[in-house]
Amino acid sequence: MKLSSKTWIFAAVALALPLSAQAHKAWLLPSDTVLSAKDPWITVDAAVSNDLFYFNHVPLRLDTLAITAPDGSTVQPENSATGKYRSTFDVHLTQPGTYRIAVVNAGLIASWEEDGKPKRWRGKVEDFAKDVPKGAKNLKVSQSAGRIETFVTAGQPNDTALKPTGVGIELVPVTHPNDLFAGELATFRLLLDGKPAPGLEIEIIPDGIRYRDKQNELAATTDKDGAFSVTWPAAGRYWMETVLQGGKASLPQAQERRASYVATFEVLPQ
Amino acid sequence: MRSRVLSLPLLLLAGVAAAGSIDVTVEIPRIDASEYHRPYVAVWIEKPDQSVAANLAVWYMQKDTSEGAGTKWLADLRQWWRRSGRDQSMPIDGVSGATRPVGRHQLRFDTAKAPFADLQPGRYGLVVEAAREVGGRELVRIPFEWPASASVHLEAKGSHELGAIQLDLNP
Repeated sequence: MKLSSKTWIFAAVALALPLSAQAHKAWLLPSDTVLSAKDPWITVDAAVSNDLFYFNHVPLRLDTLAITAPDGSTVQPENSATGKYRSTFDVHLTQPGTYRIAVVNAGLIASWEEDGKPKRWRGKVEDFAKDVPKGAKNLKVSQSAGRIETFVTAGQPNDTALKPTGVGIELVPVTHPNDLFAGELATFRLLLDGKPAPGLEIEIIPDGIRYRDKQNELAATTDKDGAFSVTWPAAGRYWMETVLQGGKASLPQAQERRASYVATFEVLPQ
Repeated sequence: MRSRVLSLPLLLLAGVAAAGSIDVTVEIPRIDASEYHRPYVAVWIEKPDQSVAANLAVWYMQKDTSEGAGTKWLADLRQWWRRSGRDQSMPIDGVSGATRPVGRHQLRFDTAKAPFADLQPGRYGLVVEAAREVGGRELVRIPFEWPASASVHLEAKGSHELGAIQLDLNP
């Protein structure tokens, strides 16, 4: 029974950190990304699924949801709820400018041997010493950082909320993420812990997988400055992901790190 | 400042002698729809880089609602919102107004007054964008040279949300 409680912990954290190699796609989907109302609101769906953007697997947990307002302050979500297949919350956009809405996770993954059996643990850095035995046999510890985010702008776009925090993989706009139009080239830069992240492979998949036979994914790789570009083939919503495996850990407990970044973009018609 | 002061009497004279005009005609077509709403329409002058040289008209719902006097749907004028609307504080004096019914609507501008008096010589585009609730969106462009040395009549036609668009430059 001890094992099953560990399994439960793992499952719960795994939901919050969909970072395994065969991870489903985690996403935040805002009802609108470009708003002109005087007192605008948006609602956001948050889910983990294979199909974009359909909630048919598990909800994305909102425990680590962070909403940054155009002036850099933190905004609380309203009317949050988590159902069988999705979480949902509203955001009251009380300031003009760009909001960054993100679910950010960080933790450690440990594996070791105990009485000849493999053990696995996943959790927060502060729980590591408590949950993982000292001097465990064949202990391997990996540090993970994941960010799942989207952007919404009321009125004129600005960049204050997009300032990098310096933790994990982050996107820095060259093209503003709420200024994306069909047929146009958009350029972004990716940072790892605040520094340019070259050589990251990026996958971009358009919405509406249920009604077509192919993923229609777009691929890109970041250059030496961490920059990549994409020409949007059509208007619609797009899901972007990049994963860094086997990177250098920044925590002393870990030997390697895994970092992932997911963003949802809305591309508008010409 | 100096050249402006000097040229002001000349401009006034020109205004008296032969006031040039710019006429923009926007046709809102009759559309058979069980639920019809007048479209939101923006009319502007764009530079070759698609930045906005001048807003000529923005027609949107003026009625006060809990969502804020119809501004909620201004972003549906996708290109206008991107190029100019999001930088504006609505209403725009002398530019914005109520939505218009089906028919031809003429806007007349004086060559000697803003915004055309301030327009640098060059190549421009007249852009008309319309977006209709439970309907569609359409954007029509008419390229033109400014200033015109002789009278010019230019036209383009929309295919669903806009009818005939005409630009008459009469220097």
